[in-house]
Amino acid sequence: MRLGSGAFAASCVAIEVIGVAIFIRGFFPAPVRSSAGPEHGVETPAPEPMAGASSNWTKLPSPLFNKVVIVLIDALRDDFVFGSKGVKYMPYTTYLVEKGASHSFVAEAKPPTVTMPRIKALMTGSVPGFVDVIRNLNSPVLLEDNVIRQGKAAGKRMIFYGDETWLKLFPKHFVEYDGTTSFFVSDYIEVDNNVTRHLDKVLQRGDWDVLILHYLGLDHIGHISGPNSPLIGHKLSEMDSILMKIHTSLLSKERETLSPSLLVVCGDHGMSETGSHGASSTEEVSTPLILISSAFERKPGDVRHPKHVQQTDLAATLAIGLGVPIPKDSVGSLLFPVIEGRPMREQLRFLHLNTLQLSKLLQENIPSYEKDPGFEQFKMAERLHGNWVKLHLEENHSDILLGLGTKVLRQYLGALKTLSLSLSTQVAHYDIYSMAVGTVVVLEVLILFLLSTPHVLCRKAELDVPLLSPVFSLLFYMIFLVLSAIHVLVCTSSESSCYLCSLPWLAAGGVMVLVSVLLCAILSALIRMVIDGTLLKKRAAHPGSGWSEVDLLLLLGTVGHVLSLGASSFVEEEHQTWYFLVNTLCLALSQETCRSYFVGDDCEPQHYFQVEEQGCSDILASTLLDSTSYNTPEPVRTGKGASLSEAQGSCKWWTVLASPWLVLICCRLLRSLNQTGVQGAHRPDLSHWLTRGIIEARFVYVFVLGILFTGTKDLLKAQVIATDYKTRTIGLWEIHSGLVLLAALLLRPHNLPVLAFSLLIQTVMTKFIWKPLRHDAAEITVMHYWFGQAFFYFQGNSNNIATIDISAGFVGLDTYLEVPATFLTVFGTYVGPVLWASHLMHFLSSEASNGPALSRACFCYALIGSVPVATYIVLVTSLRYHLFIWSVFSPKLLYEGMHLLITAALCAVFTATDQTRHTRA
Amino acid sequence: MKDTDIKRLLYSNLLCIFSVFLSIFIPSLFLDNFSILETHLTWLCTCSASVTGVNLLLHLVVKPNVSSRRSSLSHKVTRVLKCCIYFLLSCFFLHIIFVLYGAPLIELVLETFLFAVILSTFTTIPCLCLLGPNLKAWLRVFSRNGVTSIWENSLQITTISSFIGAWLGAFPIPLDWERPWQVWPISCTLGATFGYVAGLVSSPLWIYWNRKQLTYKSN
Repeated sequence: MRLGSGAFAASCVAIEVIGVAIFIRGFFPAPVRSSAGPEHGVETPAPEPMAGASSNWTKLPSPLFNKVVIVLIDALRDDFVFGSKGVKYMPYTTYLVEKGASHSFVAEAKPPTVTMPRIKALMTGSVPGFVDVIRNLNSPVLLEDNVIRQGKAAGKRMIFYGDETWLKLFPKHFVEYDGTTSFFVSDYIEVDNNVTRHLDKVLQRGDWDVLILHYLGLDHIGHISGPNSPLIGHKLSEMDSILMKIHTSLLSKERETLSPSLLVVCGDHGMSETGSHGASSTEEVSTPLILISSAFERKPGDVRHPKHVQQTDLAATLAIGLGVPIPKDSVGSLLFPVIEGRPMREQLRFLHLNTLQLSKLLQENIPSYEKDPGFEQFKMAERLHGNWVKLHLEENHSDILLGLGTKVLRQYLGALKTLSLSLSTQVAHYDIYSMAVGTVVVLEVLILFLLSTPHVLCRKAELDVPLLSPVFSLLFYMIFLVLSAIHVLVCTSSESSCYLCSLPWLAAGGVMVLVSVLLCAILSALIRMVIDGTLLKKRAAHPGSGWSEVDLLLLLGTVGHVLSLGASSFVEEEHQTWYFLVNTLCLALSQETCRSYFVGDDCEPQHYFQVEEQGCSDILASTLLDSTSYNTPEPVRTGKGASLSEAQGSCKWWTVLASPWLVLICCRLLRSLNQTGVQGAHRPDLSHWLTRGIIEARFVYVFVLGILFTGTKDLLKAQVIATDYKTRTIGLWEIHSGLVLLAALLLRPHNLPVLAFSLLIQTVMTKFIWKPLRHDAAEITVMHYWFGQAFFYFQGNSNNIATIDISAGFVGLDTYLEVPATFLTVFGTYVGPVLWASHLMHFLSSEASNGPALSRACFCYALIGSVPVATYIVLVTSLRYHLFIWSVFSPKLLYEGMHLLITAALCAVFTATDQTRHTRA
Repeated sequence: MKDTDIKRLLYSNLLCIFSVFLSIFIPSLFLDNFSILETHLTWLCTCSASVTGVNLLLHLVVKPNVSSRRSSLSHKVTRVLKCCIYFLLSCFFLHIIFVLYGAPLIELVLETFLFAVILSTFTTIPCLCLLGPNLKAWLRVFSRNGVTSIWENSLQITTISSFIGAWLGAFPIPLDWERPWQVWPISCTLGATFGYVAGLVSSPLWIYWNRKQLTYKSN
């Protein structure tokens, strides 16, 4: 099967998109969510079940505790309290844990063990997935149902002192607050004193219901000197004295009010042996959770060992303790010891509420929920509960009632455990199997690309893709069988859900076919290469013209950029990498122009300047008028030999020499445009777009569509009538200018200089660099790619989700329409790469003299676009327990995926426009 | 090309390296709390001065470019003046390039300029010593197959490696390791210095290994 290299590249990138999609689907597990939005009204709580009649107890149970104090100590590991360190440095807490009225647990945190997701887990009871970050793009406000929100709705007065992350998550929820920042890691004294200084006043006042304290000092010490530092001991003693102060104050208040209060001591995550956190080692995930209240009865001599529970269990317990509804998305189960002292009816009521909430969540997330053992247990328990309530209301105070009650209780607890487990396995893990399959597909495509690179670049643009023979070969079927067997094995054995297994069999089989076909194609390409290699060796005696400095730079720069993706700082500061590379490219080009002007190299083909008359005209004027100059494409190029005589314009040699410097200056200006934070200062809000300019924007849309339509028409005409490349060039130029117009409409006003400079640089580079120096199609493609990437960052983007300009999606729309808004946002974000790619297309088709330039360029573009993605996927897989995986690497992965999708679309367009020549040839 | 030439080249290069080391150790005798990172600008000045001094000394003593032309005193004076102007121009030129690369325009001007000075010390001054203020010769040396002696070959290697060192030195700046040497322009100056030293060390070795293949047009 013969394919043009462009078509080959386009199909390969399309396959790669599938691979990346599978990978991303496995990397970001879908979170367990209740479908009801959090903006519900007052929802009546579920009534007590009762056989026959309806119960008289339909209101929510009253709160168990009058006041709740939550002391969250950042990076408090379990052995800091329960281990030898606790005995040594936290005597009061140890006393409470061992002898006092308290319940202590070891709460397991789910990775990523980083503060913000952990706070979310503690307060919502859900396991936050990365999808949440995307869901609330710009605002870090916690949108899910959580204890704080419920508490506020119930009219509780809440006070918060500590890490300001809470204030970002819960703005306007606290009646009084003071945030401390975790920015200065070296400070571990002031950051805690700033919390403690409010304590005396607040404890004395007592006009609050919930007090939350978040101490950061311990975490800072861990980051500075690790868990074995002597500073840890001091800090633990400090914390112990604070806990003693709070507890004694609470006890004295209790004597006045006679209602119990609750003190919760917990850590958000642990600390590894080096003092950091984020991954999933035992030290990092085990945190202590101590509930202290006079309501907990304890017989002397009752020795308890801390039980292992989930961190998410706290949310449900707190909700019950405060007498508010349990957060909807909570997957935790109530900590039973807390309610153990209550009367049987209340205990059953609480357990029923919790189980009902979990089973609702299960119903909404698992299609086959009825077969879940936990759900069956729940139904059974609910029925028994109903009977029990009926008996109870009949004033039957016998042993039968107690026995039945205990049975119901046990049934409920079993149901809770099973439900909670099956819900949390939904989200807990990376779906390694899907990730592996995605990676395999992507890597296979990359290898195929790399294997065919020498073929495409050195010889003709037609490629012999051996597809038919492998499909009918024995090897293919064997691989397919083995893969299917592996698939069945993995899907039947794995406990956690996995995306590929939940696909229908046909789709999964299709993926397997894809994998095996690619493998066969790689094998046959390898074999062919070995055969070709023996043939080539004879010709390899005279090496080619060799690599020029620019070639070397392009190669090294690409490789260096790809490698830099492994470091989180380089991902965060990727714009610096691109600016650096583009600047170096300009300097290299300037060196090349200098050399080709001053010293005629004799080993290389002469680079004569071929500056047209119009090239001498003022650059700015030509930018403004370039549509006219492009609409009349110059006549067929004269041969190389005649170019010297034609170059009367070489009197203006200085324009050629100066143009790289002009580009450099432009780049510097654009960079400072973004560094000064212009985008933050003049950010027009959505209402600006909504109220003004809808008619105007629609007017422009009509124009853009018209221009794009005529462009496409010209392209089709060129394809059907096959006149000559002139029509096609005009069509491409029209499409390019249409896109420019659209970009001008969508970009923020302050970003319009970026667009103008982009056009200027395109014109300058075309006129004075690429045309006179006669670069190869591959070189020009890579340069376009680099400039496209640089402009992606020049326009204010970054590898952070927060910088996506969503307002572009609202231009000219009066309401939110998903499809056009998404399209416009994506285009607005990727203006730089798209415009440079369309310029590349137009430029190469206007340079019609060199044959298969366009398809070769398509191949190069696909290759250079897919190398970073493939490498990045491997890197992200190996770094999946990195501290910054959620904040830095994951957004970048999404950006890369989107970029690949756009590359695929561009390659398809490339191939479509290139068909003309093939049909003629 | 004889082995003695290569030996002479090696010795003179070692002398240059020695001057770099000298600039690290000598000032600590006179100045309290001198260190490369803390008092970086002082080190830049001393390093630049000592490298310049050694280069001039080498130029006067060794005289690898035996200029047969007789020249008058005034000619010599203009030559020296021209050299100074070239040096200054190259400093400004490099400064502009750093700013184009993203160095802060207004803040840290002195730091950026001293970086330009030290980089042009490593690159321009050897060129000026060896080739004189003669742009044509510079272009010849730095174009492909343009070198005519091992001295020029060594010059080519050291200059390019200094530039590459400075270029690579910019890479650690965005990393969040928070080390004192990541501050602009310390990593770049250190990179340039390492590149210069590496070029000085490697060029005689490279020339020695490839002495069979190297044929110079005029020699």
